[in-house]
Amino acid sequence: MPTIEDLHRGTASAVAAPTNVTTPAPRRAFTPRKKKKPWKSWSLFLLFAGPNVALLIVFTYKPLLQSLYYSTLQWNLGSASAIPVGLGNYVTWFNDPGTARVVTVTLIFTVATVGGGMVIGLLFAVLLNRKLHGRGAARTVIVAPYVLSGVAVGLLWLFVFDPNFGITAALLDAIGVASPPWYNDPQWALVMVIIVYLWKNVGYVALIYLAALQSVPRDLLEAASLDGATPVRAFRNIVLPLLGPTTFFLSITTLLSSLQSFDIIQAMTKGGPLEGTTTMMYQIYQEGFQAGRAGYSSAVATILFAVLLVVTLIQMKYVEKRVHY
Amino acid sequence: MSTPTSTSRRRTPLQLGGYLGLILAIAIMILPLVWMFLAGFKERDEIYTVPIQWLPDSYDLSNYAAALAAVPFANFFLNSTITTVIGAGLKMLLGLTTAYAVVFLEFPFKKFVFGLVIFALLVPQQIVMIPNFTLVASLGWINTYQGIIVPGLASAFGTFLFRQHFLTLPISILEAAALDGASHWTRLWRFIVPISAPTIAAVALISIVSEWNEYLWPLLVVDRSDMMTLPVGLTLLQNNDGVTNWGVLMAGTVLVTVPVLIAFFALQKRIIAGLTAGGVTG
Repeated sequence: MPTIEDLHRGTASAVAAPTNVTTPAPRRAFTPRKKKKPWKSWSLFLLFAGPNVALLIVFTYKPLLQSLYYSTLQWNLGSASAIPVGLGNYVTWFNDPGTARVVTVTLIFTVATVGGGMVIGLLFAVLLNRKLHGRGAARTVIVAPYVLSGVAVGLLWLFVFDPNFGITAALLDAIGVASPPWYNDPQWALVMVIIVYLWKNVGYVALIYLAALQSVPRDLLEAASLDGATPVRAFRNIVLPLLGPTTFFLSITTLLSSLQSFDIIQAMTKGGPLEGTTTMMYQIYQEGFQAGRAGYSSAVATILFAVLLVVTLIQMKYVEKRVHY
Repeated sequence: MSTPTSTSRRRTPLQLGGYLGLILAIAIMILPLVWMFLAGFKERDEIYTVPIQWLPDSYDLSNYAAALAAVPFANFFLNSTITTVIGAGLKMLLGLTTAYAVVFLEFPFKKFVFGLVIFALLVPQQIVMIPNFTLVASLGWINTYQGIIVPGLASAFGTFLFRQHFLTLPISILEAAALDGASHWTRLWRFIVPISAPTIAAVALISIVSEWNEYLWPLLVVDRSDMMTLPVGLTLLQNNDGVTNWGVLMAGTVLVTVPVLIAFFALQKRIIAGLTAGGVTG
């Protein structure tokens, strides 16, 4: 049973908390008394956290290792026999003439969706942060596509982009320009899926930036304005640095979701035309489930995961130096 | 030095620019959705016409009837509901209990366990889908609800958010509960969950939305149309009809998006709180 002292400590920390809002003190586990019978707490811990951890081991970590192993096999999905080929699949991938294109498409798609998303999202956030009438409604409308199914979004945009009967064709026609061949040209198709991805996901970025902007202290900006700083300079020198941690958070989360994007590409282009929209993620799906080359697909998956890990680690390293303010 | 008059003079064009930007943003975001809704009512000759015709001549539901006749939408809807409710529900439960254990219980490898949960956020589904597909197939779970639900059940992000929240709870409440002799299970459900209701609701809504929109995994493990979820069924409609029949396809798309849009407009405060929960603390 807790002693009176325990209760006092509890009250004290509860009262002291408000003075300390900005830095929540690290909390110690609540049940020091269980130390007498540690196994009891341990078994409770296993009961509470065990199922979740077990699921992660079975459906995330074990398959991660399996995938590494599969990548050394020449193995067709569903086939009972597999031939060990060592690093053969990797060698094949690096030597494949199509690999340069897949990597380029992945890079363009990722940079455009992550970078473009952050820039447009920040722009929207700044707009929504201004004291304008109707900004609440605007926020709702900007975020709405984010909660929609990627397949549905892909399909409705496919119709918007219809080179003969779509909205873009009509708008371009109004200024005397012929619609680009969105469906048949690899480059335009890539532009198309990037636009759609941005349309669907930019609301999330805007929302996170908006929350961050709203926590920028107003007196800081007022002081800057009194010092004669223009809004643009105040934004660049005060607001932008304060958004550092948010930008870091977004760079990781949007990179992860951009690399995983599948729905829009599947609904709009299926990786085509001429594999112009086949990203590495889409290639993993196609090789594994369309072509059935499970070993080869696993090799591509392993390469992509390695890249992902390295990029994330670099981001974390970078942020340690730069983000603290 | 800027005087009050000069700032207000500067603000007027800025204000105007702001409104222009706002209107442009709203138009870009809303126009494709309006286009989808209107197309759902259009006959073939109203769609395949140049210049484009914005408004349909009549608002009859023949495209909807055609979509419902082409693919079993009622099944899709039922399957999506079942997998979403069970999947999101269990995911929340796992997230809550794991976060409780990590914050309030003793265990020698606690940090490691939490690290294991968080690191899973970095593992994209596509990286592990072949082994998982093989496992699910060997269990005979193809075309079953458990096959759709179980592999994605573990809670990583939810655990992270709940842990963040639990760390901010006033410890006195829990000490009072411990003084009452309440078990950890009771403490979680009687004390922690009620005071965490807003956070839980926000996270729950985000899980529901992502479960509802989940596409790749159900696409892999379901090939029978009566077991498909809405997004998978929508691509079935697309492939059934080809890209040519826009009216029917847009009617199907409306059927998939409207429930989510209604839910979003009704619960947007909570959904937005859920979306920002990770970003603001992170």
